[in-house]
Amino acid sequence: MATSPPASASTVGRSVPRTDGPPKVTGASRYVDDIPAMPGEIFGRTVRSPVPRGILRGVRLDPAFDWSDVTVVLAEDVPVNVVALILDDQPILATGKVNHAYEPIVLLGCADRLKLARAVQAVALDIDPLPPVLDARAALDGGEIIWGADNVIKRYLITHGCADAARERGEASEAAIDAALARCEVVVTGTYASHHQEQLYIEPQGVIAWWDEAGAHATGSIQCPFYVHKAFLKAFGLPPDRIHITQSVTGGGFGGKEEYPSIIALHAALLARKSGRPVRMIYDRTEDIEATTKRHPASCEITSGCDRDGALRALKIRILMDGGAYATLTQVVLSRGALHAAGAYRWDDVWIEAAAVATNTPPNGAFRGFGAPQTIWAIERHLDRVARELGCDPLDLKAKNVLRPGDSTATGQVLRVSVAGEECITRAIAASGYRQKRAAGPVVRGRVARGIGLSVFMHGAGFTGSGERYYKGKVALDLAPGGRLRIRTASTDIGQGTETVFRQIAADAAGLPLDRVEFAVPCTTTVPDSGPTVASRTVMVVGSIVEAAARELASRVRAEQAGQEPGAGEGDGGAAAGPPALSFEEAADRLLAREGQVTSLKQYEPPDYVRWDDEAYKGDAYPCFGWACDVVEVEVDLDTFEVTVVDFWSATDVGKAIHPVMCKGQIEGGSLQAIGWALSEEIVWQGGRIKNPRMTNYIIPTSLDAPPFHVVLVEEPFPFGPGGGAKGIGEMPMDGGAPAVAAAIEHATGIAARALPLTPERLLEAAWSAGRGERL
Amino acid sequence: MKVSLVVNGSPREVDLPPLSRLLDALRGPLGLTGTKEGCAEGECGACTVLLDGDPVNACLVAIGQCEGRRVTTVEGLACAGHLSPLQRCFVEEGGAQCGICTPGMLLSAEALLARSPDPSELEVREALAGNLCRCTGYQRIVESVRAAAALRRGGGGAAP
Ligand code: FES
Ligand code: FES
Repeated sequence: MATSPPASASTVGRSVPRTDGPPKVTGASRYVDDIPAMPGEIFGRTVRSPVPRGILRGVRLDPAFDWSDVTVVLAEDVPVNVVALILDDQPILATGKVNHAYEPIVLLGCADRLKLARAVQAVALDIDPLPPVLDARAALDGGEIIWGADNVIKRYLITHGCADAARERGEASEAAIDAALARCEVVVTGTYASHHQEQLYIEPQGVIAWWDEAGAHATGSIQCPFYVHKAFLKAFGLPPDRIHITQSVTGGGFGGKEEYPSIIALHAALLARKSGRPVRMIYDRTEDIEATTKRHPASCEITSGCDRDGALRALKIRILMDGGAYATLTQVVLSRGALHAAGAYRWDDVWIEAAAVATNTPPNGAFRGFGAPQTIWAIERHLDRVARELGCDPLDLKAKNVLRPGDSTATGQVLRVSVAGEECITRAIAASGYRQKRAAGPVVRGRVARGIGLSVFMHGAGFTGSGERYYKGKVALDLAPGGRLRIRTASTDIGQGTETVFRQIAADAAGLPLDRVEFAVPCTTTVPDSGPTVASRTVMVVGSIVEAAARELASRVRAEQAGQEPGAGEGDGGAAAGPPALSFEEAADRLLAREGQVTSLKQYEPPDYVRWDDEAYKGDAYPCFGWACDVVEVEVDLDTFEVTVVDFWSATDVGKAIHPVMCKGQIEGGSLQAIGWALSEEIVWQGGRIKNPRMTNYIIPTSLDAPPFHVVLVEEPFPFGPGGGAKGIGEMPMDGGAPAVAAAIEHATGIAARALPLTPERLLEAAWSAGRGERL
Repeated sequence: MKVSLVVNGSPREVDLPPLSRLLDALRGPLGLTGTKEGCAEGECGACTVLLDGDPVNACLVAIGQCEGRRVTTVEGLACAGHLSPLQRCFVEEGGAQCGICTPGMLLSAEALLARSPDPSELEVREALAGNLCRCTGYQRIVESVRAAAALRRGGGGAAP
């Protein structure tokens, strides 16, 4: 009798053991540097600029050094010297001028690692230094022009309400918002700053590249293989099918392995091309911290107006982000920052002006949250101030104004589906006992003060605006012998669990058990371009393509099963006359035998209601939002100003948790990154160079610094999400930690910090000025 | 310099300059790439192995110091193809995300459970404080270790 389709228990919503778990816990997983050496392989190194800005006159190779077995690549060896991304402004190797410290200038390759290190010392760079622009404000003022016509990489203006009406009438929108503010009963102004953050994935950047008759190959620690593919297309002018980019097991990325790997892969491939040998380039920690992208620092100047009863009315924000020397993904980061700047709240009138400028610091780039943590930090801190002004608890102000179904956002997006701000607040408050603890006031025991604070936020799920329509992400599902499915996608698993979650989604959609679904290694030669693995879109967007493809493939097999059933056998009580129905496996094999290959290739279709106007920056910025409320309890040592996070609660709406354990793991891990950003992580700059490029002095939280996390998963399904309504989850937990920590510190000590990080030194300084009555 | 040591129960010999790092010996000639390098300065703990049962950072140990000593790496934790309780719990409780810190975490945890079969949460956190994880927020790791401790005490799996 038929053994299948197996009535498999649903796996979505169950925390199955992650499929890449066993190799990871046995040491069998091969990360890039674990891949055995290829015959003839050599190592690669980069010679970098010691100065942040200058004219590059030339490169001298020490004639006393034996260069016979060292491959040297200079800018002139690069076919098209540009790292293809959005604006194509960044050279692969600097030539003519240097725009930031650590900018790559020369590449060296050698089989002997020690000799290679000596070769780096034997290269002299002839650079005439120029005065660098190291501060975003100075860059905006335009005293020295270092990028484009005015140092400005991108600007956006978002208007809503009266400012918008003024814009339509052709009048000054800023005057309109100023007038709206002037009409408000309570007006509060403040500036809120945030700083660089290093992704600090534990596995450094690394790539192995080689060339053969099939073309160029690179394999490495890569979040978005098709970015590297695109970079190779431009730099080498190869046809697409002669470029083969493969992800190796990746030891974390957090955005740091989104665009940067194009550079290291291009470098390795250039050395490989010149030497004719495979090249392994693995950064050491210092080089990794110095040269790779970081979170954009931002400053936000906010003026808001509200009624005395706390109804929020008008909001004016000016955002300035520091992009670093080249544009990288800055315009997209700035966009997400601007789109989240009004917070999770309803305003009648909004005016948000955002600008990102270039400076002579290493280019900043993608980092979990992608611009939103910077502006959410600002608006949350600001509302805490407004609450103080009104004499109410921030919770009441935030809960009163949080966006509800039917409300519209700053871009005029009417929130119709999956709106869970209120529920997240209710659940987080209940879990943490915020009200009672807050009412009890700061508890001071000896020299330790305890306080509690919260943040409320939403995060756009998926790409911004028309991103999906433009990208047309695709996924392929193959039928494999024995009724198995194989998922081919460019969405990588860099630790977040993509592989497992996609298998769960596909298995459920096809009605198969989990172990019948495989996940193919992401390689640009064999998987379709699903779009980058970013912006919380992996599960919500790409997962829904996986779901559709799995459904289609399974239905084809079922049709084959049905088609093979003898019509005569129907309705006659299952008489033994007809042959037994085909099992799912048999039908699948028969279909495969007949067609050779059975694949479902699907492309993403955004929900039709999504309407976005890129010119006016209006409409549905995201198909939906994830929602959350974080509550943090801290203890502050009143002598040393050291802060200990004692407990952390987060109620996070994820639409649907496909895998609850991994989902909580994402929220906990992201929240700890936020705590690190808030309290200890700081890049210390001196003349455009980093003074602390090591794990010893760039301090991320350890297990003793991490609080117990209490995560409440709220599930307000997104009707177009896979697995019954999943939305993005990866970025959101970065958004709310810092403002909640700051609010808790303020509750404990009265210190209202407005700039990150909240190190003991800064808190002490703030306490001092407060003592002199200068706070606020 | 020739050094004889016992790696995961088997006698092995390597020939390397005496100041070479144990980490390089493991990942190089011994072919055990399960031990990872994250910082090369004793900060991240990714390279943690057991040296005569004690957790050490293999990036800070010279091979010359290892003559005659017992080294346990992540490859030595599973027994006859079966995951140890710790390994199983890391898979089931979400203790491994990207997995790059996991081998080092497992060995620090292994050393802890060997001396303290029923550790408190604080003890676990203290034992793992030298192992940085950027993915998990440590919560799942702490839970994995405590679940493994319970499993070992209950005889739910063969202790390696
Ligand atoms: S590599 Fe040894 S502690 Fe980081
Ligand atoms: S799991 Fe990625 S660093 Fe720990």
